[in-house]
Amino acid sequence: MAWDWDKLQQQKKSRQGGAPPQMDEVFEKFKNMKGKFPGAWIIMALVIILIIMYSMIYTVAVDEVGVVQRFGKYVRTVPPGLNFKLPFIEKATKVKVRYVYKEEFGFKTLEAGIRTRYASETGFLDESLMLTGDLNVAVVPWIVQFRIKDPFNYLFKVKDVRSTLRDLSESTMRLVVGDRSINEVISKREEIAAQAKELLQKELDEAETGINVTTIEMKKTNVPEPVQPSFNEVNQAIQDKEKMIYQAKEEYNKLIPQAKGQAEKTIKAAEGYALERVNNAKGDTSRFLALYEEYSKAKDVTKRRLYLEALKDVYPKLGDKYIVDSQMKNLLPLLNLGQTTGNAGGKK
Amino acid sequence: MKFKISAIFTIIILILLFSSAYIVDERKQVIITQFGRPIGDAIKEPGLGFKVPFIQQVNQFDKNLLEWDGDPGQIPTLDKTFIDVDTFARWKIVDPLKFFQTVNNVNGAQGRLDDILDSAVRNFISSYPLIETVRMTNRELDTFEVGIEDIKEKNPLGEIKTGRQKITRGIMEQAQPKLEKFGIELVDVKIKRLNYVDEVQRSVYGRMIAERKQIAEKFRSEGQGEARKIEGDMEREMKRITSEAYKTAEEIKGKADAEATLIYAQAYGKDPEFYSFLQTLDIYKQSMGKDSSLVLSTDSEFLKYFKGYKGKE
Repeated sequence: MAWDWDKLQQQKKSRQGGAPPQMDEVFEKFKNMKGKFPGAWIIMALVIILIIMYSMIYTVAVDEVGVVQRFGKYVRTVPPGLNFKLPFIEKATKVKVRYVYKEEFGFKTLEAGIRTRYASETGFLDESLMLTGDLNVAVVPWIVQFRIKDPFNYLFKVKDVRSTLRDLSESTMRLVVGDRSINEVISKREEIAAQAKELLQKELDEAETGINVTTIEMKKTNVPEPVQPSFNEVNQAIQDKEKMIYQAKEEYNKLIPQAKGQAEKTIKAAEGYALERVNNAKGDTSRFLALYEEYSKAKDVTKRRLYLEALKDVYPKLGDKYIVDSQMKNLLPLLNLGQTTGNAGGKK
Repeated sequence: MKFKISAIFTIIILILLFSSAYIVDERKQVIITQFGRPIGDAIKEPGLGFKVPFIQQVNQFDKNLLEWDGDPGQIPTLDKTFIDVDTFARWKIVDPLKFFQTVNNVNGAQGRLDDILDSAVRNFISSYPLIETVRMTNRELDTFEVGIEDIKEKNPLGEIKTGRQKITRGIMEQAQPKLEKFGIELVDVKIKRLNYVDEVQRSVYGRMIAERKQIAEKFRSEGQGEARKIEGDMEREMKRITSEAYKTAEEIKGKADAEATLIYAQAYGKDPEFYSFLQTLDIYKQSMGKDSSLVLSTDSEFLKYFKGYKGKE
């Protein structure tokens, strides 16, 4: 990098140093030649021709057109490239027709770039403060981008195109904002930009400025600073509202599925109960029926067998057993009913 | 010597030529005056022209659109609101001769325009309510945030009968006849800026703040209402789910009970006697254990063989 810089400096120096001596030389030669009569005239003629040539030839850059006037009267418009005109009596003005110009309203870009910096908004309140249709006050900054559509009109029809554009732009924007509520001004910037663009273009055409508005871009529209906290409060309240609703929904979503599960469980349990009940019934009855079938073949003996089997089952398990003669009455007082079996067993 | 004379002659010719020729630019129009007195009509066609050298003079006037920026200052509207109005107008010199004779130059014209236009602006602004100057159509405004429909009034600030565009046209129409004698044509008059004066602005801000606070409050209570509604929904839903489940469960159970009963009845109905016999035996088996005591009479069925196998018969 260092040598690059040095080289550049050297080049600069050589260029600066180089030019004047050359000029001097020319003059020197010229003086010398004045002595020799015809040579001087030739040089002078050459110089004059050069000057004429210089005033005849001009270049128009790719993004421009040239507008040529002869004695002040417009004669032609020429395309980009090398062009000729009559010396002295014709004048060419270059107009950048492709270039997109930009005018800022209500703010100013101090330094464009990745992190563009803007001058403080408060300094431009005159431009950006406007009345809305509901008689509130809004701060509306915006940008107008435009191209020169008609170089003839641009040059000749309006004295100060830039200030005309600025005035018309301001008045148009206020007209559009004046027909909208503060809420619309803040939330519907696109719509405002579109309408403003249309109106402004119409005005500019009527004024024959030769300007074509490419875009109107709205910057952040807002309310004046003293009112901002209360507007933020509304946003806050909207958030609060949503939060409350979400919280309620959260509770809902937490409890309802649980309840649904619980309900499902209750029903399944009932279904289980039903199955059990019916199956039991079926089991019980089929057992009974099977038994009954055999029983009906030999009723008496089966009944007896069943009875005795049951007794066989039951009797050994019983605790105290008392056998009382059928003639004996009033046995009960003898028995200590209610006493534990252990005691009763002891007596035995 | 001969050369020198011819050179001087040439120079004189050149000087005469240069002082008699003049250029009219595309943007300009010209009036020729002789000792200050205009000669002939104005020259509006651009190009090269000639005049008598030295005694005639060229006076150039702009032909293109010119600007006027007004400053009428504070104006009270019909509804007694003080506002700052900044207007601008665009105008043309249509009759350079009159213009030259009456106001002489653009600066002079600006002074006349100030007088005439400022007063026309004042007249018009102060004879309409503020809203007429602010708005251009009766377009319905979206005044409050979505969801607050019930407060919305239709055109709370009144119907727009005139609108800004008509007011500015009115100003122009009032001023134009007065400007004709200066050779000036007014192309249009527009309101560039319109603002409340400081004191009014403060109270407007106060109103805006109060309005927003009320809207915020509305949102909050809407939120609460909505939340309560959801809670209510939830409670109802809970009850519904639980009770429906209970209902279904009981129905299922009832049906099963009924079915079981039918099955039992069908089966046991064949011999109720035998059923009760079996069931009783089962009960004996289940209910009697070592905790039970048994007192048996000797004439019971069980002990009928106890006293002898012959039995009574």
